[in-house]
Amino acid sequence: MSTAAAPRSAAPALSVPPALSCHEVHVTFDETEALRGVDLHLAAGEWLGLIGPNGAGKSTLLRAIAGLVDHGGEVSLGCGQRPGGTDVALVPQIPILPEGMTVAEYALLGRSPHLGWLATESRRDRRISSEVLERLDLQDFADRPVTHLSGGETQRVVLARALAQEAPILLLDEPTSALDLGHRDAVLELIDTLRRSDGISVIAAMHDLGTAARFADRLALIDRGRIVADGPPRSVLAPGRLSDVYATPLSVHTVEGEIVVLPAPRARRDHQP
Amino acid sequence: MATLPATGETHSATQRAFRLPPLAAAGTFVALAAVALLSATTGAAGLAFGDVLTALVDRLPLVDVDSQLSARQQGILFQIRLPRLVLGMLVGGSLAMAGAAYQGVFRNPLADPYLLGVSAGAGFGAVLALGFGLDVGWGPFDALPAAAFLGALVAVTASAAIARGAWRSPATLLLGGIAMAAFFSAAQTYAIGQLSETRTREVLSWLFGQLSTSGWRQVWILLPYVVICGAIVLLHRRHLDVLRVGDDEARSLGLNPGRARLVVIASASLLTAAAVSVSGLIAFVGLVVPHIVRLLVSHSYRVIVPLSALGGAAFLALVDTGARTLTAPAELPVGVITAFVGAPFFALVLWRNARKVAP
Repeated sequence: MSTAAAPRSAAPALSVPPALSCHEVHVTFDETEALRGVDLHLAAGEWLGLIGPNGAGKSTLLRAIAGLVDHGGEVSLGCGQRPGGTDVALVPQIPILPEGMTVAEYALLGRSPHLGWLATESRRDRRISSEVLERLDLQDFADRPVTHLSGGETQRVVLARALAQEAPILLLDEPTSALDLGHRDAVLELIDTLRRSDGISVIAAMHDLGTAARFADRLALIDRGRIVADGPPRSVLAPGRLSDVYATPLSVHTVEGEIVVLPAPRARRDHQP
Repeated sequence: MATLPATGETHSATQRAFRLPPLAAAGTFVALAAVALLSATTGAAGLAFGDVLTALVDRLPLVDVDSQLSARQQGILFQIRLPRLVLGMLVGGSLAMAGAAYQGVFRNPLADPYLLGVSAGAGFGAVLALGFGLDVGWGPFDALPAAAFLGALVAVTASAAIARGAWRSPATLLLGGIAMAAFFSAAQTYAIGQLSETRTREVLSWLFGQLSTSGWRQVWILLPYVVICGAIVLLHRRHLDVLRVGDDEARSLGLNPGRARLVVIASASLLTAAAVSVSGLIAFVGLVVPHIVRLLVSHSYRVIVPLSALGGAAFLALVDTGARTLTAPAELPVGVITAFVGAPFFALVLWRNARKVAP
């Protein structure tokens, strides 16, 4: 399962992005255990989908990896170091969009972890940010306030900030929960293209199981703070296990080669009150 | 990004969106220079425009031009008008920059040294030092700003503590500030009541917010604080932008929000305290100036912080010129005029914010 990437060698050039591993990660909020010992490995260039019901700990795991919550256990890069702002970029579920900030300024924020103590952007930082905007087809929005965008545009702008961070690992927390079907697939396709062209790795927490299976190389199913299944989508999405974890009868089908998870027909729910 | 798909030609429009507005910066500099000249040539002594310029040029090293000013006029220019002008600029720049900094760290558009109770706290500290004759100094560092700083820090900490993390809600933070301002004003009044009559008059005239100076002394008291704290706030201007996306996302962008906030609050409070200790309570400069910059130029603190410093300098120098000439030979306290301008402006900003929140 775990194909731990070669550790960052003596050559400082990031030709092989470091993989990430979590070892016995615990998070406790006010005596409730949100994560109870998570072990997880991410190979370089891999798309790992995190699935599980609401409150299972998907977001908490992403936040622990990004270093936003205190946690026990260890999160480390391939080289053994704790990941920082130049290693992982987080796309939050509900980003805060500051009043009056332009798209260009917002994307430029992604350069923050790269700046020195003078905190002044160089020409290079501006160039990287504007290139990212162009790749995401946002060049015409550069001067627009981030608060005046549609849902799909907003998602691309937040993604632009994360890409400007030039981190080899991208963490996505329900990246498309606010989007309709067409925009959702467009954004995910875009992320997948960027992943392949830049060799970045992705960990994405997603609600829609079929979509998660379609984009991820591997799925990890989280239930009450623990990973209960980890492997290729087809093996993780077993109807019995899913029905258990989601506490509702579910059936798994294959339609034109894609996995689809559906609620079991109502007639078969007779054992439920 | 190793393998960029061909993005050879970069749209100039996209590139331009990343630059800071050079025109606005130049404009603010010009405005500052114009206000300085206006202020230097306005007043009872009626110094002529050209004469002032030549007298200034004459002071440059290695330059020797003959100005038409008499020795008495030179004295007025260099010992009365210029020190007061420079002091006004430093105080105005400090207060405006502190206001911008507070607005940034609290993510609250209505934060201002005066409204947060910081000025009142600094005033109380200064009254104690001034009234009870605390007179120790170390080089250019005087006891007065230190006492004012302590008061300012207590006030801003208490205001923030009362708001209990709900800093973004303008109302909560301001109510904390009002409570602190009321408390320190009362403490101040009590302290003044304990003073002798001559001391009382001295302290009261200072409290109204006056920029009357005796030579360059106050400028030298204030200058080190402006240079050091101003530099620190300037270095944090970009961090203030990062803080706007919230503490969580700021942390994921590599910033330690708690530490950045602490450093900026301490610097802004020291800046306020130093300004208050030489000029008394001057209200609303820290609110009005950053808002004008926002309205006219940009919402980014990379722009707001430096332009507020320059704009605040120009604003207070202009207001002070009015304060000493409008009712000449009598003089208006400069704090009275800034309040006249600032209070309606504050009301306007509050009204616009209230409409935004309303459904």
